[in-house]
Amino acid sequence: MAFLHGVATGHSQVKNALKGRSLTPYLLLAPGLIWLITFFIIPIFSLASTSTMVRPDGAQVGVYVQELRFANYVDAFLINKDQYLRSFIYAALATLVALAIAYPLAYAIAFKSGKYRNILLVLVIAPFFTSFLLRTIAWTQILADQGPVVSAIKVLPFIDDLFRINNTSTAVVIGLAYNFLPFMTLPLYASLERIDPRTLEAAGDLYANGLTTFRKVTLPLSMPGVVAGTLLTFIPAAGDYVNAAILGNPSTKMIGNVIESRFFAVVDYPTAAALSFTLMATILILVSLYIRKSGTDELV
Amino acid sequence: MTTSIAPMPTLSHRAARWFSRNLIRIYAAVAFIYLFIPVAYTFAFSFNDAGKSNLVWQGFTLDNWKNPCGAPQVCESVVNSLKVGVISTLLATFLGTMIAFALGRYKFKGRKSTNLLIFLPMATPEVVLGASLLAMFLNLRINPGFWTVVIAHVMFCISFVVVTVKARIASLDPRLEQAAMDLYANERETFRYVTLPLVMPGIAGAALLAFSLSFDDFIITNFNSGTFSTFPKFVYVSAARGIPAQANVVGSAMFFIALIIVIVGQVVSRQRKKP
Repeated sequence: MAFLHGVATGHSQVKNALKGRSLTPYLLLAPGLIWLITFFIIPIFSLASTSTMVRPDGAQVGVYVQELRFANYVDAFLINKDQYLRSFIYAALATLVALAIAYPLAYAIAFKSGKYRNILLVLVIAPFFTSFLLRTIAWTQILADQGPVVSAIKVLPFIDDLFRINNTSTAVVIGLAYNFLPFMTLPLYASLERIDPRTLEAAGDLYANGLTTFRKVTLPLSMPGVVAGTLLTFIPAAGDYVNAAILGNPSTKMIGNVIESRFFAVVDYPTAAALSFTLMATILILVSLYIRKSGTDELV
Repeated sequence: MTTSIAPMPTLSHRAARWFSRNLIRIYAAVAFIYLFIPVAYTFAFSFNDAGKSNLVWQGFTLDNWKNPCGAPQVCESVVNSLKVGVISTLLATFLGTMIAFALGRYKFKGRKSTNLLIFLPMATPEVVLGASLLAMFLNLRINPGFWTVVIAHVMFCISFVVVTVKARIASLDPRLEQAAMDLYANERETFRYVTLPLVMPGIAGAALLAFSLSFDDFIITNFNSGTFSTFPKFVYVSAARGIPAQANVVGSAMFFIALIIVIVGQVVSRQRKKP
Protein backbone atom coordinates (compact mmCIF):
# COMPACT_ATOMS: atom_id res chain seq x y z
CA MET A 1 0.00 0.00 0.00
CA ALA A 2 2.74 2.40 0.96
CA PHE A 3 4.43 1.58 -2.32
CA LEU A 4 1.28 2.30 -4.27
CA HIS A 5 0.85 5.52 -2.40
CA GLY A 6 4.36 6.49 -3.39
CA VAL A 7 3.60 5.84 -7.02
CA ALA A 8 0.47 7.93 -6.78
CA THR A 9 2.20 10.94 -5.22
CA GLY A 10 5.05 10.50 -7.64
CA HIS A 11 2.64 10.84 -10.50
CA SER A 12 0.96 13.89 -9.16
CA GLN A 13 4.37 15.43 -8.43
CA VAL A 14 5.42 14.87 -12.02
CA LYS A 15 2.14 16.30 -13.18
CA ASN A 16 2.62 19.39 -11.09
CA ALA A 17 6.19 19.82 -12.15
CA LEU A 18 5.48 19.31 -15.83
CA LYS A 19 2.14 20.92 -16.36
CA GLY A 20 2.05 23.44 -13.54
CA ARG A 21 1.30 27.02 -14.43
CA SER A 22 4.54 28.69 -13.57
CA LEU A 23 6.90 31.28 -14.92
CA THR A 24 9.43 28.61 -15.91
CA PRO A 25 8.29 28.09 -19.53
CA TYR A 26 8.32 31.83 -20.19
CA LEU A 27 11.80 32.17 -18.70
CA LEU A 28 12.98 29.33 -20.93
CA LEU A 29 11.39 30.86 -24.00
CA ALA A 30 12.29 34.49 -23.48
CA PRO A 31 15.97 34.70 -24.58
CA GLY A 32 15.51 32.68 -27.77
CA LEU A 33 12.25 34.32 -28.75
CA ILE A 34 13.65 37.79 -28.10
CA TRP A 35 16.52 36.91 -30.44
CA LEU A 36 14.08 35.76 -33.14
CA ILE A 37 11.87 38.81 -32.73
CA THR A 38 14.81 41.23 -32.82
CA PHE A 39 16.67 39.65 -35.72
CA PHE A 40 13.87 38.07 -37.74
CA ILE A 41 10.51 39.82 -37.14
CA ILE A 42 11.75 43.40 -36.76
CA PRO A 43 14.01 43.10 -39.84
CA ILE A 44 10.95 42.01 -41.87
CA PHE A 45 9.30 45.30 -40.86
CA SER A 46 12.52 47.09 -41.65
CA LEU A 47 12.46 45.46 -45.09
CA ALA A 48 8.86 46.60 -45.57
CA SER A 49 9.81 50.12 -44.57
CA THR A 50 12.81 50.19 -46.94
CA SER A 51 10.64 48.94 -49.79
CA THR A 52 8.63 52.16 -49.98
CA MET A 53 11.59 54.53 -49.71
CA VAL A 54 12.72 56.94 -52.40
CA ARG A 55 16.13 58.34 -53.26
CA PRO A 56 15.98 62.14 -53.00
CA ASP A 57 17.33 64.13 -55.94
CA GLY A 58 21.06 64.66 -55.70
CA ALA A 59 21.47 62.44 -52.64
CA GLN A 60 24.50 60.20 -52.13
CA VAL A 61 24.48 56.62 -53.35
CA GLY A 62 22.68 54.42 -50.82
CA VAL A 63 20.77 57.25 -49.10
CA TYR A 64 16.99 56.84 -49.12
CA VAL A 65 14.11 58.58 -47.38
CA GLN A 66 10.70 57.23 -46.47
CA GLU A 67 7.96 58.48 -48.80
CA LEU A 68 5.57 55.51 -48.63
CA ARG A 69 5.85 55.04 -52.37
CA PHE A 70 3.97 51.77 -52.90
CA ALA A 71 4.45 52.12 -56.64
CA ASN A 72 7.95 50.75 -55.96
CA TYR A 73 6.32 47.33 -55.87
CA VAL A 74 4.66 47.78 -59.25
CA ASP A 75 7.89 49.09 -60.81
CA ALA A 76 10.02 46.33 -59.30
CA PHE A 77 7.60 43.63 -60.40
CA LEU A 78 7.12 44.91 -63.94
CA ILE A 79 10.87 45.18 -64.61
CA ASN A 80 11.60 41.74 -63.18
CA LYS A 81 8.51 39.67 -63.90
CA ASP A 82 10.48 37.25 -66.12
CA GLN A 83 13.00 36.45 -63.41
CA TYR A 84 10.15 36.25 -60.95
CA LEU A 85 8.15 33.73 -62.94
CA ARG A 86 11.32 31.80 -63.82
CA SER A 87 12.19 31.36 -60.13
CA PHE A 88 8.93 29.59 -59.44
CA ILE A 89 9.12 27.45 -62.59
CA TYR A 90 12.72 26.36 -61.86
CA ALA A 91 11.87 25.71 -58.21
CA ALA A 92 8.83 23.63 -59.19
CA LEU A 93 10.84 21.61 -61.75
CA ALA A 94 13.68 21.07 -59.28
CA THR A 95 11.16 19.94 -56.65
CA LEU A 96 9.69 17.38 -59.07
CA VAL A 97 13.15 16.08 -60.03
CA ALA A 98 14.16 15.85 -56.38
CA LEU A 99 10.91 14.03 -55.53
CA ALA A 100 11.46 11.54 -58.37
CA ILE A 101 14.97 10.80 -57.09
CA ALA A 102 14.26 10.93 -53.37
CA TYR A 103 11.05 8.90 -53.11
CA PRO A 104 12.48 5.58 -54.36
CA LEU A 105 15.68 6.31 -52.43
CA ALA A 106 13.79 6.91 -49.17
CA TYR A 107 11.61 3.86 -49.90
CA ALA A 108 14.66 1.65 -50.42
CA ILE A 109 16.25 2.89 -47.18
CA ALA A 110 13.04 2.44 -45.17
CA PHE A 111 12.03 -1.00 -46.45
CA LYS A 112 14.92 -2.69 -48.25
CA SER A 113 18.08 -1.76 -46.38
CA GLY A 114 17.98 -4.13 -43.38
CA LYS A 115 20.89 -3.58 -41.03
CA TYR A 116 22.52 -1.00 -43.33
CA ARG A 117 19.73 1.52 -42.72
CA ASN A 118 21.71 3.85 -40.43
CA ILE A 119 24.77 3.81 -42.67
CA LEU A 120 22.65 4.67 -45.70
CA LEU A 121 20.99 7.53 -43.81
CA VAL A 122 24.42 8.95 -42.96
CA LEU A 123 25.37 8.59 -46.62
CA VAL A 124 22.33 10.65 -47.66
CA ILE A 125 23.50 13.63 -45.62
CA ALA A 126 27.25 13.01 -45.99
CA PRO A 127 27.69 14.91 -49.31
CA PHE A 128 26.43 17.99 -47.53
CA PHE A 129 29.48 18.10 -45.30
CA THR A 130 31.41 19.35 -48.32
CA SER A 131 30.83 23.03 -48.98
CA PHE A 132 27.77 23.38 -51.22
CA LEU A 133 29.54 26.01 -53.30
CA LEU A 134 32.36 23.58 -54.07
CA ARG A 135 29.81 20.93 -55.05
CA THR A 136 27.97 23.38 -57.29
CA ILE A 137 31.25 24.31 -58.95
CA ALA A 138 32.01 20.58 -59.34
CA TRP A 139 28.76 20.35 -61.36
CA THR A 140 30.15 22.92 -63.82
CA GLN A 141 33.07 20.52 -64.36
CA ILE A 142 30.84 17.43 -64.63
CA LEU A 143 28.48 19.14 -67.10
CA ALA A 144 31.25 21.00 -68.99
CA ASP A 145 31.17 21.04 -72.81
CA GLN A 146 34.15 18.65 -72.98
CA GLY A 147 33.07 16.81 -69.81
CA PRO A 148 31.90 13.21 -69.39
CA VAL A 149 28.13 13.80 -69.45
CA VAL A 150 27.99 15.97 -72.56
CA SER A 151 30.48 13.72 -74.41
CA ALA A 152 28.36 10.67 -73.58
CA ILE A 153 25.14 12.32 -74.77
CA LYS A 154 26.79 13.55 -77.99
CA VAL A 155 27.42 9.93 -78.99
CA LEU A 156 23.67 9.64 -79.65
CA PRO A 157 22.92 10.14 -83.36
CA PHE A 158 20.25 12.83 -83.14
CA ILE A 159 22.19 15.20 -80.87
CA ASP A 160 23.71 18.14 -82.69
CA ASP A 161 27.27 19.34 -82.15
CA LEU A 162 26.33 22.52 -80.34
CA PHE A 163 24.55 20.59 -77.59
CA ARG A 164 25.57 21.74 -74.11
CA ILE A 165 24.26 21.62 -70.57
CA ASN A 166 26.47 24.09 -68.72
CA ASN A 167 25.07 27.62 -68.64
CA THR A 168 21.58 26.46 -69.54
CA SER A 169 18.34 26.27 -67.57
CA THR A 170 18.77 22.46 -67.43
CA ALA A 171 22.00 22.88 -65.49
CA VAL A 172 20.33 25.30 -63.06
CA VAL A 173 17.47 22.86 -62.39
CA ILE A 174 19.91 19.94 -61.97
CA GLY A 175 21.93 22.00 -59.50
CA LEU A 176 18.84 23.10 -57.54
CA ALA A 177 17.46 19.55 -57.35
CA TYR A 178 20.85 18.29 -56.22
CA ASN A 179 21.40 20.94 -53.57
CA PHE A 180 18.14 20.36 -51.75
CA LEU A 181 17.91 16.57 -52.16
CA PRO A 182 18.46 15.69 -48.46
CA PHE A 183 15.68 18.12 -47.47
CA MET A 184 13.44 15.99 -49.68
CA THR A 185 14.81 12.58 -48.70
CA LEU A 186 14.81 12.88 -44.90
CA PRO A 187 11.12 13.82 -44.36
CA LEU A 188 10.10 11.17 -46.93
CA TYR A 189 12.15 8.59 -45.08
CA ALA A 190 10.69 9.66 -41.72
CA SER A 191 7.10 9.21 -42.94
CA LEU A 192 7.79 5.92 -44.79
CA GLU A 193 9.66 4.47 -41.84
CA ARG A 194 6.65 5.10 -39.59
CA ILE A 195 4.39 2.90 -41.74
CA ASP A 196 3.50 -0.31 -39.93
CA PRO A 197 4.58 -3.18 -42.22
CA ARG A 198 1.45 -5.05 -41.14
CA THR A 199 -0.71 -2.57 -43.08
CA LEU A 200 1.20 -3.56 -46.23
CA GLU A 201 0.78 -7.26 -45.40
CA ALA A 202 -2.92 -6.67 -44.83
CA ALA A 203 -3.22 -5.12 -48.29
CA GLY A 204 -1.51 -8.20 -49.74
CA ASP A 205 -3.88 -10.49 -47.82
CA LEU A 206 -6.78 -8.61 -49.40
CA TYR A 207 -5.40 -9.53 -52.84
CA ALA A 208 -3.92 -6.13 -53.66
CA ASN A 209 -0.91 -6.47 -55.96
CA GLY A 210 2.30 -4.50 -55.45
CA LEU A 211 1.16 -1.48 -57.43
CA THR A 212 -2.25 -1.29 -55.80
CA THR A 213 -0.70 -1.62 -52.34
CA PHE A 214 1.62 1.26 -53.15
CA ARG A 215 -1.14 3.43 -54.60
CA LYS A 216 -3.75 2.76 -51.92
CA VAL A 217 -1.65 2.26 -48.78
CA THR A 218 2.00 3.35 -48.96
CA LEU A 219 1.57 6.58 -50.92
CA PRO A 220 -1.33 8.00 -48.85
CA LEU A 221 0.45 7.12 -45.61
CA SER A 222 3.64 8.86 -46.80
CA MET A 223 1.84 12.06 -47.84
CA PRO A 224 3.01 14.09 -44.79
CA GLY A 225 6.58 13.34 -45.88
CA VAL A 226 5.82 14.33 -49.47
CA VAL A 227 4.31 17.63 -48.31
CA ALA A 228 7.17 18.43 -45.92
CA GLY A 229 9.82 17.41 -48.45
CA THR A 230 8.37 19.40 -51.33
CA LEU A 231 8.07 22.49 -49.12
CA LEU A 232 11.61 22.17 -47.79
CA THR A 233 12.87 21.90 -51.38
CA PHE A 234 10.62 24.42 -53.11
CA ILE A 235 11.06 27.30 -50.65
CA PRO A 236 14.88 27.49 -50.63
CA ALA A 237 15.01 26.70 -54.36
CA ALA A 238 12.71 29.62 -55.24
CA GLY A 239 14.94 32.06 -53.36
CA ASP A 240 18.29 30.60 -54.42
CA TYR A 241 20.68 32.53 -56.61
CA VAL A 242 23.90 30.56 -56.29
CA ASN A 243 22.94 27.81 -58.77
CA ALA A 244 21.71 30.32 -61.33
CA ALA A 245 24.88 32.39 -60.88
CA ILE A 246 27.29 29.46 -61.23
CA LEU A 247 25.46 27.04 -63.55
CA GLY A 248 23.30 29.43 -65.58
CA ASN A 249 23.64 32.33 -68.01
CA PRO A 250 22.24 35.89 -68.02
CA SER A 251 18.91 34.66 -69.39
CA THR A 252 18.45 32.09 -66.58
CA LYS A 253 18.65 34.69 -63.79
CA MET A 254 16.29 34.07 -60.91
CA ILE A 255 14.71 36.60 -58.55
CA GLY A 256 17.47 35.95 -56.00
CA ASN A 257 20.09 37.10 -58.50
CA VAL A 258 18.15 40.32 -59.06
CA ILE A 259 17.78 40.97 -55.31
CA GLU A 260 21.50 40.40 -54.78
CA SER A 261 22.58 42.68 -57.62
CA ARG A 262 20.06 45.39 -56.62
CA PHE A 263 21.52 45.38 -53.12
CA PHE A 264 25.21 45.25 -53.94
CA ALA A 265 25.90 46.16 -57.56
CA VAL A 266 23.17 48.76 -58.13
CA VAL A 267 22.73 49.88 -54.48
CA ASP A 268 18.98 50.19 -55.05
CA TYR A 269 17.72 49.10 -51.64
CA PRO A 270 14.01 49.92 -52.11
CA THR A 271 13.67 47.77 -55.25
CA ALA A 272 15.61 44.92 -53.63
CA ALA A 273 13.40 45.18 -50.53
CA ALA A 274 10.19 45.28 -52.57
CA LEU A 275 11.27 42.20 -54.52
CA SER A 276 12.24 40.30 -51.34
CA PHE A 277 8.96 41.19 -49.72
CA THR A 278 6.93 40.09 -52.75
CA LEU A 279 8.91 36.84 -52.90
CA MET A 280 8.21 36.09 -49.26
CA ALA A 281 4.51 36.95 -49.56
CA THR A 282 4.09 34.79 -52.67
CA ILE A 283 5.81 31.85 -51.03
CA LEU A 284 3.75 32.15 -47.86
CA ILE A 285 0.52 32.24 -49.89
CA LEU A 286 1.56 29.26 -52.02
CA VAL A 287 2.65 27.32 -48.93
CA SER A 288 -0.56 27.93 -47.00
CA LEU A 289 -2.69 26.99 -50.05
CA TYR A 290 -0.62 23.85 -50.52
CA ILE A 291 -0.82 22.85 -46.85
CA ARG A 292 -4.57 23.41 -46.82
CA LYS A 293 -5.06 21.45 -50.05
CA SER A 294 -2.98 18.52 -48.84
CA GLY A 295 -4.72 18.52 -45.49
CA THR A 296 -1.66 18.34 -43.27
CA ASP A 297 -1.50 21.01 -40.61
CA GLU A 298 1.00 19.04 -38.54
CA LEU A 299 3.88 21.02 -39.99
CA VAL A 300 3.22 24.21 -38.15
CA MET B 1 16.04 -32.14 -75.86
CA THR B 2 14.30 -29.86 -73.44
CA THR B 3 17.13 -30.08 -70.90
CA SER B 4 19.60 -28.65 -73.40
CA ILE B 5 17.50 -25.57 -74.21
CA ALA B 6 15.96 -25.00 -70.80
CA PRO B 7 18.90 -23.30 -69.00
CA MET B 8 19.03 -20.30 -71.35
CA PRO B 9 15.45 -19.02 -70.96
CA THR B 10 15.51 -19.70 -67.22
CA LEU B 11 18.71 -17.73 -66.89
CA SER B 12 17.36 -14.68 -68.69
CA HIS B 13 14.08 -15.17 -66.89
CA ARG B 14 15.97 -15.27 -63.61
CA ALA B 15 17.96 -12.19 -64.54
CA ALA B 16 14.73 -10.36 -65.35
CA ARG B 17 13.22 -11.45 -62.06
CA TRP B 18 16.33 -10.44 -60.13
CA PHE B 19 16.25 -7.09 -61.91
CA SER B 20 12.58 -6.39 -61.19
CA ARG B 21 12.93 -7.52 -57.60
CA ASN B 22 15.98 -5.34 -57.05
CA LEU B 23 14.82 -2.44 -59.21
CA ILE B 24 14.38 -0.19 -56.22
CA ARG B 25 17.84 -1.08 -54.90
CA ILE B 26 19.42 -0.36 -58.29
CA TYR B 27 17.56 2.95 -58.41
CA ALA B 28 18.83 3.81 -54.91
CA ALA B 29 22.38 2.95 -55.95
CA VAL B 30 22.09 5.30 -58.94
CA ALA B 31 20.71 8.02 -56.64
CA PHE B 32 23.72 7.59 -54.35
CA ILE B 33 26.06 7.91 -57.34
CA TYR B 34 24.29 11.18 -58.26
CA LEU B 35 24.74 12.36 -54.66
CA PHE B 36 28.43 11.53 -54.50
CA ILE B 37 29.74 12.46 -57.95
CA PRO B 38 30.30 16.15 -57.05
CA VAL B 39 31.97 15.11 -53.79
CA ALA B 40 34.26 12.73 -55.70
CA TYR B 41 35.10 15.53 -58.14
CA THR B 42 35.88 17.94 -55.30
CA PHE B 43 38.09 15.31 -53.65
CA ALA B 44 39.86 14.33 -56.90
CA PHE B 45 40.61 17.94 -57.81
CA SER B 46 42.17 18.53 -54.38
CA PHE B 47 45.09 16.49 -55.80
CA ASN B 48 45.24 18.52 -59.01
CA ASP B 49 48.54 20.20 -59.84
CA ALA B 50 46.36 23.14 -60.75
CA GLY B 51 48.39 26.31 -60.76
CA LYS B 52 45.90 29.16 -61.08
CA SER B 53 42.70 27.57 -62.30
CA ASN B 54 41.47 24.28 -60.90
CA LEU B 55 38.91 23.53 -63.62
CA VAL B 56 41.00 21.19 -65.81
CA TRP B 57 43.03 18.19 -64.67
CA GLN B 58 46.76 18.97 -64.91
CA GLY B 59 48.39 16.09 -63.02
CA PHE B 60 48.55 14.48 -59.59
CA THR B 61 50.23 16.19 -56.65
CA LEU B 62 50.14 16.02 -52.86
CA ASP B 63 51.35 19.62 -52.51
CA ASN B 64 47.87 21.05 -51.89
CA TRP B 65 47.31 18.70 -48.96
CA LYS B 66 50.81 19.31 -47.56
CA ASN B 67 50.33 23.04 -47.71
CA PRO B 68 46.62 23.88 -47.40
CA CYS B 69 47.41 27.50 -46.53
CA GLY B 70 49.53 27.87 -49.67
CA ALA B 71 46.94 29.92 -51.54
CA PRO B 72 46.17 33.40 -50.22
CA GLN B 73 43.07 33.86 -48.01
CA VAL B 74 42.08 30.19 -47.84
CA CYS B 75 43.10 29.66 -44.24
CA GLU B 76 42.08 33.13 -43.07
CA SER B 77 38.57 32.51 -44.38
CA VAL B 78 38.44 29.02 -42.82
CA VAL B 79 39.52 30.41 -39.44
CA ASN B 80 36.81 33.10 -39.75
CA SER B 81 34.21 30.45 -40.57
CA LEU B 82 35.30 28.33 -37.61
CA LYS B 83 35.06 31.30 -35.23
CA VAL B 84 31.60 32.25 -36.48
CA GLY B 85 30.55 28.58 -36.44
CA VAL B 86 31.64 27.89 -32.86
CA ILE B 87 30.13 31.06 -31.36
CA SER B 88 26.85 30.76 -33.29
CA THR B 89 26.54 27.05 -32.50
CA LEU B 90 27.01 27.60 -28.76
CA LEU B 91 24.50 30.47 -28.67
CA ALA B 92 21.91 28.84 -30.95
CA THR B 93 22.13 25.47 -29.15
CA PHE B 94 21.69 27.15 -25.76
CA LEU B 95 18.75 29.33 -26.82
CA GLY B 96 17.11 26.63 -28.94
CA THR B 97 17.39 23.90 -26.28
CA MET B 98 15.64 26.13 -23.72
CA ILE B 99 12.79 26.77 -26.16
CA ALA B 100 12.58 23.04 -26.92
CA PHE B 101 12.24 22.22 -23.21
CA ALA B 102 9.53 24.84 -22.77
CA LEU B 103 7.60 23.44 -25.74
CA GLY B 104 8.19 19.80 -24.88
CA ARG B 105 7.62 19.91 -21.14
CA TYR B 106 5.19 22.71 -20.29
CA LYS B 107 1.70 23.86 -21.08
CA PHE B 108 1.54 27.59 -21.49
CA LYS B 109 -0.38 30.32 -23.25
CA GLY B 110 1.07 31.45 -26.57
CA ARG B 111 2.21 28.00 -27.57
CA LYS B 112 0.79 28.28 -31.09
CA SER B 113 2.43 31.63 -31.81
CA THR B 114 5.71 30.28 -30.44
CA ASN B 115 5.53 27.33 -32.83
CA LEU B 116 4.76 29.72 -35.68
CA LEU B 117 7.70 31.94 -34.76
CA ILE B 118 9.97 28.87 -34.83
CA PHE B 119 8.53 27.64 -38.14
CA LEU B 120 8.61 30.93 -40.06
CA PRO B 121 12.40 31.39 -40.39
CA MET B 122 12.61 27.88 -41.87
CA ALA B 123 9.83 28.72 -44.35
CA THR B 124 11.46 31.95 -45.47
CA PRO B 125 13.97 31.89 -48.33
CA GLU B 126 17.50 32.71 -47.25
CA VAL B 127 17.68 35.66 -49.59
CA VAL B 128 14.75 37.28 -47.73
CA LEU B 129 16.30 36.55 -44.30
CA GLY B 130 19.59 38.04 -45.48
CA ALA B 131 18.05 41.05 -47.19
CA SER B 132 15.73 41.95 -44.31
CA LEU B 133 18.48 41.76 -41.70
CA LEU B 134 20.74 43.89 -43.88
CA ALA B 135 17.89 46.38 -44.39
CA MET B 136 17.62 46.70 -40.61
CA PHE B 137 21.36 47.11 -40.10
CA LEU B 138 21.47 49.75 -42.85
CA ASN B 139 18.50 51.62 -41.38
CA LEU B 140 20.23 51.59 -37.97
CA ARG B 141 23.55 52.68 -39.58
CA ILE B 142 25.30 49.53 -38.32
CA ASN B 143 28.26 48.41 -40.43
CA PRO B 144 28.08 44.71 -41.26
CA GLY B 145 31.01 42.54 -40.12
CA PHE B 146 31.90 39.62 -37.84
CA TRP B 147 29.18 40.20 -35.24
CA THR B 148 26.37 40.81 -37.72
CA VAL B 149 27.26 37.43 -39.29
CA VAL B 150 27.12 35.75 -35.86
CA ILE B 151 23.74 37.39 -35.14
CA ALA B 152 22.38 36.16 -38.48
CA HIS B 153 23.67 32.62 -38.03
CA VAL B 154 22.24 32.28 -34.52
CA MET B 155 18.90 33.55 -35.87
CA PHE B 156 18.55 30.90 -38.59
CA CYS B 157 20.07 28.06 -36.52
CA ILE B 158 17.72 28.42 -33.51
CA SER B 159 14.71 26.91 -35.33
CA PHE B 160 16.67 23.85 -36.45
CA VAL B 161 17.96 23.30 -32.89
CA VAL B 162 14.43 23.59 -31.46
CA VAL B 163 13.02 21.06 -33.94
CA THR B 164 15.83 18.56 -33.34
CA VAL B 165 15.84 18.75 -29.53
CA LYS B 166 12.04 18.81 -29.32
CA ALA B 167 11.87 15.56 -31.28
CA ARG B 168 14.28 13.95 -28.82
CA ILE B 169 12.29 15.19 -25.80
CA ALA B 170 9.06 13.90 -27.35
CA SER B 171 10.59 10.44 -27.80
CA LEU B 172 11.56 10.11 -24.11
CA ASP B 173 9.71 7.61 -21.97
CA PRO B 174 7.99 9.77 -19.30
CA ARG B 175 8.11 6.80 -16.89
CA LEU B 176 11.88 7.30 -16.49
CA GLU B 177 11.31 10.74 -15.00
CA GLN B 178 8.41 9.47 -12.94
CA ALA B 179 10.66 6.70 -11.60
CA ALA B 180 13.28 9.27 -10.58
CA MET B 181 10.65 11.26 -8.72
CA ASP B 182 9.30 8.08 -7.10
CA LEU B 183 12.82 7.59 -5.80
CA TYR B 184 12.54 10.99 -4.11
CA ALA B 185 14.61 12.97 -6.59
CA ASN B 186 13.37 16.53 -6.63
CA GLU B 187 12.61 18.43 -9.82
CA ARG B 188 16.14 19.75 -10.20
CA GLU B 189 17.82 16.38 -9.51
CA THR B 190 15.48 14.62 -11.91
CA PHE B 191 16.39 17.12 -14.60
CA ARG B 192 20.12 17.01 -13.84
CA TYR B 193 20.52 13.21 -13.54
CA VAL B 194 17.76 11.79 -15.71
CA THR B 195 16.21 14.17 -18.26
CA LEU B 196 19.32 16.05 -19.37
CA PRO B 197 21.51 12.97 -19.97
CA LEU B 198 18.67 11.38 -21.94
CA VAL B 199 18.19 14.49 -24.10
CA MET B 200 21.95 15.00 -24.55
CA PRO B 201 22.29 13.04 -27.83
CA GLY B 202 19.57 15.26 -29.30
CA ILE B 203 21.38 18.40 -28.14
CA ALA B 204 24.67 17.12 -29.57
CA GLY B 205 22.99 16.33 -32.88
CA ALA B 206 21.40 19.79 -32.93
CA ALA B 207 24.77 21.43 -32.25
CA LEU B 208 26.37 19.46 -35.09
CA LEU B 209 23.53 20.50 -37.40
CA ALA B 210 23.83 24.15 -36.34
CA PHE B 211 27.58 24.11 -36.91
CA SER B 212 27.31 22.60 -40.37
CA LEU B 213 24.54 25.06 -41.33
CA SER B 214 26.65 27.96 -40.11
CA PHE B 215 29.90 26.76 -41.68
CA ASP B 216 28.26 26.19 -45.06
CA ASP B 217 26.00 29.23 -45.18
CA PHE B 218 26.61 31.58 -48.04
CA ILE B 219 23.52 33.63 -48.95
CA ILE B 220 22.70 35.14 -45.53
CA THR B 221 26.41 35.61 -44.81
CA ASN B 222 26.96 37.36 -48.11
CA PHE B 223 24.28 39.92 -47.25
CA ASN B 224 25.46 40.63 -43.71
CA SER B 225 29.23 40.36 -43.76
CA GLY B 226 30.46 43.61 -45.34
CA THR B 227 34.16 43.06 -46.02
CA PHE B 228 34.41 40.15 -43.54
CA SER B 229 35.05 36.92 -45.42
CA THR B 230 34.01 33.35 -44.59
CA PHE B 231 35.05 30.20 -46.45
CA PRO B 232 31.91 29.92 -48.64
CA LYS B 233 32.14 33.62 -49.43
CA PHE B 234 35.79 33.19 -50.38
CA VAL B 235 34.87 30.32 -52.73
CA TYR B 236 32.06 32.32 -54.36
CA VAL B 237 34.14 35.45 -54.83
CA SER B 238 37.13 33.56 -56.24
CA ALA B 239 34.94 31.40 -58.54
CA ALA B 240 35.22 34.07 -61.23
CA ARG B 241 39.02 34.10 -61.37
CA GLY B 242 39.67 30.47 -60.44
CA ILE B 243 39.39 28.66 -57.13
CA PRO B 244 42.70 27.39 -55.71
CA ALA B 245 42.98 23.62 -55.23
CA GLN B 246 43.52 24.31 -51.51
CA ALA B 247 39.81 25.13 -51.26
CA ASN B 248 39.08 21.58 -52.42
CA VAL B 249 41.46 20.32 -49.71
CA VAL B 250 39.43 22.21 -47.08
CA GLY B 251 36.11 20.94 -48.50
CA SER B 252 37.33 17.34 -48.60
CA ALA B 253 38.85 17.53 -45.12
CA MET B 254 35.57 18.89 -43.72
CA PHE B 255 33.74 16.00 -45.37
CA PHE B 256 35.92 13.36 -43.74
CA ILE B 257 36.02 15.06 -40.33
CA ALA B 258 32.22 15.35 -40.23
CA LEU B 259 31.82 11.75 -41.41
CA ILE B 260 34.15 10.52 -38.65
CA ILE B 261 32.27 12.53 -36.00
CA VAL B 262 28.93 11.10 -37.12
CA ILE B 263 30.23 7.51 -37.26
CA VAL B 264 31.91 7.78 -33.84
CA GLY B 265 28.67 9.24 -32.46
CA GLN B 266 26.66 6.32 -33.86
CA VAL B 267 29.10 3.74 -32.47
CA VAL B 268 29.15 5.37 -29.02
CA SER B 269 25.35 5.55 -28.82
CA ARG B 270 25.06 1.93 -29.94
CA GLN B 271 27.53 0.77 -27.29
CA ARG B 272 25.67 2.70 -24.62
CA LYS B 273 22.47 0.93 -25.55
CA LYS B 274 24.12 -2.42 -24.85
CA PRO B 275 23.79 -3.05 -21.12
